[in-house]
Amino acid sequence: MNFDLRLPVGLMFVVFGLILTAVGLFGSPELTAKSLGINMNLWWGLVQLAFGGVMLLLAARGKQK
Amino acid sequence: MDIHIQLTAVDYLILSSYFVFVLGIGFTLKRFMKGGAAFLTSGRSIPAWVTGLAFLSANLGAQEVIGMAASGAKYGIMTSHFYWVGAIPAMVFLAIFMMPFYYGSKARSVPEYLKMRFDEKTRGFNAISFAVMTIFSSGISLHALAKLLEVLVHWNYWTCMFVSAFIVLVYIFLGGLTSAIYNEVLQFFMIVFGFAPLVFLGLKDVNGWTALKEKLIPVATEQHFAAGTWTHSWVHMGSAFDNPMGINWVGMVVGLGFVLSFGYWCTDFLVVQRAMAANSMSAARRTPLIAAIPKMLFPALVILPGMIAIALHHSSGGHFLPLADDGTPDYNMTIPAMLAKYFPTGLLGIGFTALMASFMSGMAGNVTAFNTVWTYDIYQSYLVKNQSDSHYLWMGRWATVFGIIVSIGAAIIAKQFNNIMDMLQLVFGFVNAPLFATFLLGMFWKRTTGHGAFWGLLGGTVFAALFHLFAITEGGSPSWIKGGALAQKFVFHSDMGKNFWMAIVAWSACFFLTVAISVATRRTKTDAELTGLVYSLTPKPKSEDEPWLQRPAVLGAIIMAVAILMNFIFA
Repeated sequence: MNFDLRLPVGLMFVVFGLILTAVGLFGSPELTAKSLGINMNLWWGLVQLAFGGVMLLLAARGKQK
Repeated sequence: MDIHIQLTAVDYLILSSYFVFVLGIGFTLKRFMKGGAAFLTSGRSIPAWVTGLAFLSANLGAQEVIGMAASGAKYGIMTSHFYWVGAIPAMVFLAIFMMPFYYGSKARSVPEYLKMRFDEKTRGFNAISFAVMTIFSSGISLHALAKLLEVLVHWNYWTCMFVSAFIVLVYIFLGGLTSAIYNEVLQFFMIVFGFAPLVFLGLKDVNGWTALKEKLIPVATEQHFAAGTWTHSWVHMGSAFDNPMGINWVGMVVGLGFVLSFGYWCTDFLVVQRAMAANSMSAARRTPLIAAIPKMLFPALVILPGMIAIALHHSSGGHFLPLADDGTPDYNMTIPAMLAKYFPTGLLGIGFTALMASFMSGMAGNVTAFNTVWTYDIYQSYLVKNQSDSHYLWMGRWATVFGIIVSIGAAIIAKQFNNIMDMLQLVFGFVNAPLFATFLLGMFWKRTTGHGAFWGLLGGTVFAALFHLFAITEGGSPSWIKGGALAQKFVFHSDMGKNFWMAIVAWSACFFLTVAISVATRRTKTDAELTGLVYSLTPKPKSEDEPWLQRPAVLGAIIMAVAILMNFIFA
């Protein structure tokens, strides 16, 4: 079967990462206060973005083979 | 005090993008579904990392995330026994010793293996009881989800139920088992990414692990237990009176660690089906091992939030968890309470979606196991034989629809049971506990006969039910559901203790009955017919040409060593 699961997983986390990063950058400071003063949206958004990116990269490499 | 989760547009955006991906996977896979085999068994074509994560995720139903966090609050770190004692050894055993027969026999389901190894009646009994059980489990997931959403976000109970059932229906109807497996992997990552920040923020709020241990001392002493009860998994298991689970170590190790755990992980088609879909024998054997690695770490993700929540509940003077009608904390609200407290909008969307994902993966796993058993073991075996593969594709699709409709019915029945966990344990006790004795004897003793297996299995189930009628939990009033309906001969300190001992009784009854009847009856299958099905008659699978780390025995030994180490660290 020719459908690499890493593609949707990667895409989904890139989308989530972008959304969270954007909320982290442009959201109100109250949001940061709720998560104990840490901008969790920004940090966790970046982590998800990185994870999604790696998954997409692996999917692309798998396709070349 | 009720917990309310306020979702904003961003959270809804995340939730709806998740459903777009879930359904998108179903639509993409539709064109690969050319026949019954592709739809119901994935054509044995999936790589090990995918089946491995799906293996774990199929178990992440209602009882896992909500239930284990609840247990973390209620029992503390003793809950880890459900992982490091009650899961890992069985998963390793399945990979090393049992997978060669399941996969090598080319059986399409666990009941079909029983047909090959024993006879028609053993398969029929297992297929029918399993089909009923999966529908119940699916219904319980559905009910728990709808109820939770009703409380948390004030959505309508029936709308939640029908919408989530419909989503699961669509993606399985389109893409079959492959779609369920792919989505389970998506759900796995969702759960990890959704709950990891919860643990991080919770731990930070209580000032770390050492401070958490301090805070859990009054939680224990106030309930008249020794100070370290919530942070030691073994020390207080000498007597059932010394720990909140109300069970001693013998009952736990034998009942949970051996009978229930092996019965579930090694014979339950819901999880075994994922390994059977793997693309090679080696991938099938690695499936439970790949699942065991994250499983070993899951206590940090699901039990720890429960421990943090009860510590916060106590130090805030009882103002963190909502209270149940009897004034005790409503432990099932642990995860939602943590989400509501720490997660700002955005992150909340991720956490909330993860919560929904966990329920839906539990449900989807049951539905795919049901449609395979229904189509191959009931429909093809007894009702409509010798039809084309595309006919069984048609049946598999409609079994999905039928299964989901019956699940909704089961959900309505489940509404009257308060404790999901106890209810599931009860059902597993009747059906699954004796089953592992049948497999153990069937796979490792070639003298086991079909009559022995069938009557042993039936006997074990009957003994479980009988035991239930005569056993009761201290202080409980006798009833059909709670036990002791006929007489109160055996009194246990907790429901969990009673369930574990019931499993032990059922397993032992099945084991001895199967041995006795097998010896008394004639073998009907020759050695040649049993090749590939019984240990002593099957050539050992070769794994010497694989890299050493990928060999099941090596990987399994490493995983066992780490699990033992975990038990020692948190003893």
